[in-house]
Amino acid sequence: MADSFNFELVSPERLLLSATVSEVVIPGTDGEMTVMAHHAPTMTTIKPGVVTVVAADGKSDRFVVFGGFVDILPEGCTLLAESAVAVADIDRNDLAKRLQDAREDVADATNDAAKQKAQEYLDHLTTMEAAL
Amino acid sequence: MPSLKDLKNRIASVKATQKITKAMQMVAAAKLRRAQEAAEAARPYSQRMAAVMSNIAQAVGGGDDAPQLMTGTGKDDTHLLVVCTAERGMCGGFNSQIARFARDHVRRLLADGKTVKILCVGKKGYDILRREYASLIIERVDFRDVKQMSFAQAETVADKVMGLFDQGGFDVCTLFYSEFKSVISQVPTAQQLIPASAGPADADASASAIYDYEPSAEEILEDLLPRSIKVQIFRALLENVAGEMGAKMSAMDNATRNAGEMIDKLSMSYNRQRQAQITKELIEIISGAEAL
Repeated sequence: MADSFNFELVSPERLLLSATVSEVVIPGTDGEMTVMAHHAPTMTTIKPGVVTVVAADGKSDRFVVFGGFVDILPEGCTLLAESAVAVADIDRNDLAKRLQDAREDVADATNDAAKQKAQEYLDHLTTMEAAL
Repeated sequence: MPSLKDLKNRIASVKATQKITKAMQMVAAAKLRRAQEAAEAARPYSQRMAAVMSNIAQAVGGGDDAPQLMTGTGKDDTHLLVVCTAERGMCGGFNSQIARFARDHVRRLLADGKTVKILCVGKKGYDILRREYASLIIERVDFRDVKQMSFAQAETVADKVMGLFDQGGFDVCTLFYSEFKSVISQVPTAQQLIPASAGPADADASASAIYDYEPSAEEILEDLLPRSIKVQIFRALLENVAGEMGAKMSAMDNATRNAGEMIDKLSMSYNRQRQAQITKELIEIISGAEAL
């Protein structure tokens, strides 16, 4: 069995999860990555997506995160999410509202850089919604 | 001398007031507990954020390519003060304390010949500052109908601040709020938001040296800084809610006690007067009977 490490999922409002896990799949900005024990210290930003947490006993949990970043240290891994919800608790209406907001952002963007950023965010959201 | 009926009315009205203040105190106590829990729940995030920030700030250093939010505009001419207060009164000196603290700051800045802009968060602070500095207040944000402070509220404020900064609206931004020390003590605090202070250097600087950054450290920092500002504002708002409830609780406790004392005094004079009247009537009857 694989070694385990500490994983914490924190949103500004509360600590969602603090557990010993064997692997975590993170939707990094530059691509999905799987973190296992003894990962090199890394810091990365994340895009909206699904985080899969496999606990030490093999049970897996899925969380939806909307942006944030991950801090991987030898002692453990911390995910600071802008907002996070367990997949089971996800509110379709909330998601639809976020999509709507993102679409408006794209429409409202005044310069190209902002537009591109908003578009990217919208794309991530759409992919995520499809995945759920 | 008020008549017996007047006294009775007054006692009744003070009693009614006491009931209200007592209820408000209990509501504040319940809300305080909730607010404290919220503040506590938000703590891990802000702590980690601070640790990561100082880590990454070290890695990037104060180089030329560091984002403007961190280095500032290089000037010190225009100051933006974000003054966070409560939405409601009835909480002792809580709001005026923050407002006074901010006012002193404004006065000092104006004396130094700086331009000052004020962004009011919360209705009460706006009401107080408007009297003196109405022309300096550029915007106000109200959370009147917000039941529970959430990150979204902090985001609205932060977006306003950062939007202004991007337009070159100010050089230095300071956040004013009340730090929650305990139920009876809230300390008005000023905290510099922009340019972001790197915070105390991490003891083990070597740990940051071997970090892998994905994408680059600069890009992460750029992404992180706005977030860190949001978190700081969020924390300030939470502290404020807890402080407001604490202040309200003790103010209402005092009010309830004062009402109790007043009732005691009034009942005392009511009883005296009633007794005096009875004695007077008795004397009248007796002397009337004797005269026969």
